[in-house]
Amino acid sequence: MSDVVATPRAKGEFARFVDRFLEDRVAVFGLGLITLIVLLAVFAPLIAPQNPYDLAKVDIMDSRQPPGSKSMDGFTMWLGSDGVGRDLWSGILYGLRISLMVGLLSGLIAATIGLCIGLIAAYFGGRIENVIMRIVDLQLSLPSVLVALILVALLGKGVDKIIIALIVVQWAYYARTVRGSALVERRKEYVEAARSLGLSHTRTMLKHILPNCLAPVIVIATVQTAHAISLEATLSFLGVGLPQTEPSLGVLISNGFQYMLSGKYWISFFPGVALLLTIVGINLVGDRLRDVLNPRLEK
Amino acid sequence: MLAFIIRRFAQALFVVVAMVVIVFFGTNVVGDPVWMMVPGDATQEQVEEVRRAFGFDQPVYVQFFRFLADIAQGDFGRSYVHGGSAIRLILDRMPATLELAVVALIFAVIIGLPLGLFAGLKPDHPASRAIMAGSILGFSLPTFWVGLMLIMFFAVMLGWLPATGRGPVTTFLGIETSLHTLKGWQHIALPALNLALLKISLVIRLARSGTREASLQDYVKFARAKGLSPRRIVGVHILKNIMIPIVTVLGLEFGSLVAFSVVTETIFAWPGMGKLLLESIQRLDRPLVVAYVMVVVLLFVTINLIVDILYSALDPRVRLAGKSE
Repeated sequence: MSDVVATPRAKGEFARFVDRFLEDRVAVFGLGLITLIVLLAVFAPLIAPQNPYDLAKVDIMDSRQPPGSKSMDGFTMWLGSDGVGRDLWSGILYGLRISLMVGLLSGLIAATIGLCIGLIAAYFGGRIENVIMRIVDLQLSLPSVLVALILVALLGKGVDKIIIALIVVQWAYYARTVRGSALVERRKEYVEAARSLGLSHTRTMLKHILPNCLAPVIVIATVQTAHAISLEATLSFLGVGLPQTEPSLGVLISNGFQYMLSGKYWISFFPGVALLLTIVGINLVGDRLRDVLNPRLEK
Repeated sequence: MLAFIIRRFAQALFVVVAMVVIVFFGTNVVGDPVWMMVPGDATQEQVEEVRRAFGFDQPVYVQFFRFLADIAQGDFGRSYVHGGSAIRLILDRMPATLELAVVALIFAVIIGLPLGLFAGLKPDHPASRAIMAGSILGFSLPTFWVGLMLIMFFAVMLGWLPATGRGPVTTFLGIETSLHTLKGWQHIALPALNLALLKISLVIRLARSGTREASLQDYVKFARAKGLSPRRIVGVHILKNIMIPIVTVLGLEFGSLVAFSVVTETIFAWPGMGKLLLESIQRLDRPLVVAYVMVVVLLFVTINLIVDILYSALDPRVRLAGKSE
């Protein structure tokens, strides 16, 4: 471990950061896992033996086959098939796309909104800050599952509605985090210098303060993305999330639930493993990022 | 102190009022409730009749004040599906949910505390590393999927425990409970374990970091120097001190257990209010959803208020910090 730390002098800050990150084997494993999962999701149409949306390719005679059986088309269904005869492995690959897309998109929008609001709160202070932080506190005092469930109850089903619910659940975390670090940055001299040069509020906030607040934001972005993916799966499992036409991992697990009690475990089990690996991978990376980006927490 | 309590109370009231407003506008302005109540083939006259019968033809502010007046009297309307009073239905299901949450909390402490203590006392022991890895896994595992796996393993494969439902219920000291029989415990074991999972990880982390911090303190060194047995040092000196943050956090987390029970109750067919909420969402039973939200918000606000006041009683700095704001 120490031999890696000894070299970084000559390197840039980013290279040093990469070195520090790679010191931890578990985190590297997590990063590898996520990379693999993202690649599988992106190239799903090329890898999957079957297009699970193409009704012509799906044969009802294949339904509920255990892992390793041969399909009517002749390929081996290594993970078995689901209730309507879709190859589970193909279903998981396509499901990953939807789960990741919903998680990342909602996270990105929530981060943008949260960052803006948090920056405004820290920068202007006073009454604006008070009102914003009251709302943030109010929202964070309620558990996200509950907020999401109620939003879904009000909005109804659908991809767009789930994304809205996930944004509402997440933005406050970003706002609180960025406000915390922006409060510290605001008092520093470079901000005063930027203001003295006559730069606008917007420019000072976005170009000068924001870049210095990003480290903790990156950490919670990983945690929140994992959380959003898990939450979407939970809602979809409960039948109030994504519709059957958008079979994310949660929908796949939900479809398998009815076969659970008759011992056909694989229909729920394997999509769950895929979900679990995704979340664990992201959390492992997030844990390491927290250690590396926050020198105060160094073990 | 009194001023502090009054201010906190006013804040709690503000939160409740804010939620009432949000819930009202969420349910009445976003989407037309009438369409949820009439069958798809209803004629225009029938729709208008329902609209009048429920007062939805009135201006929004009239509806809002009527809504306020109703809930101030504890009237959340009648369930569209079950017919009875919505708040009554929620309260009837509440004991089952609270029972589940309390047992989950107990599980979290009796499983999490010893593991966390061990990991804190022997941080380099391989078992400690396994415990900490397990706690990361506990944070990552989606609750609902673990529930499925518990059913698969303990109910379907091994056949040890029942997968669904609640044991026979009696009333003991005015509290409705199923914990007086072995059957009741068999039924609650899996759902409570499922619900406790996240909190077990939380307790492990809190106990571990608390123990590591406490073992370096002077009073522990002093106790060691006095020649007290390690058992006594851990059991009395360390445990007592790490329990304060753990109890506080768990108190605050109780509300989230109740919220998460929506998932667990649905999987294990536990007849609590969370399962009722989900059924109501699926059947668009608006009064039940509103009643549930208000009950849970009230529960949350009350818990936070109690914790705040207890805290300020224990630590006057909290009170003073509030004043300088």
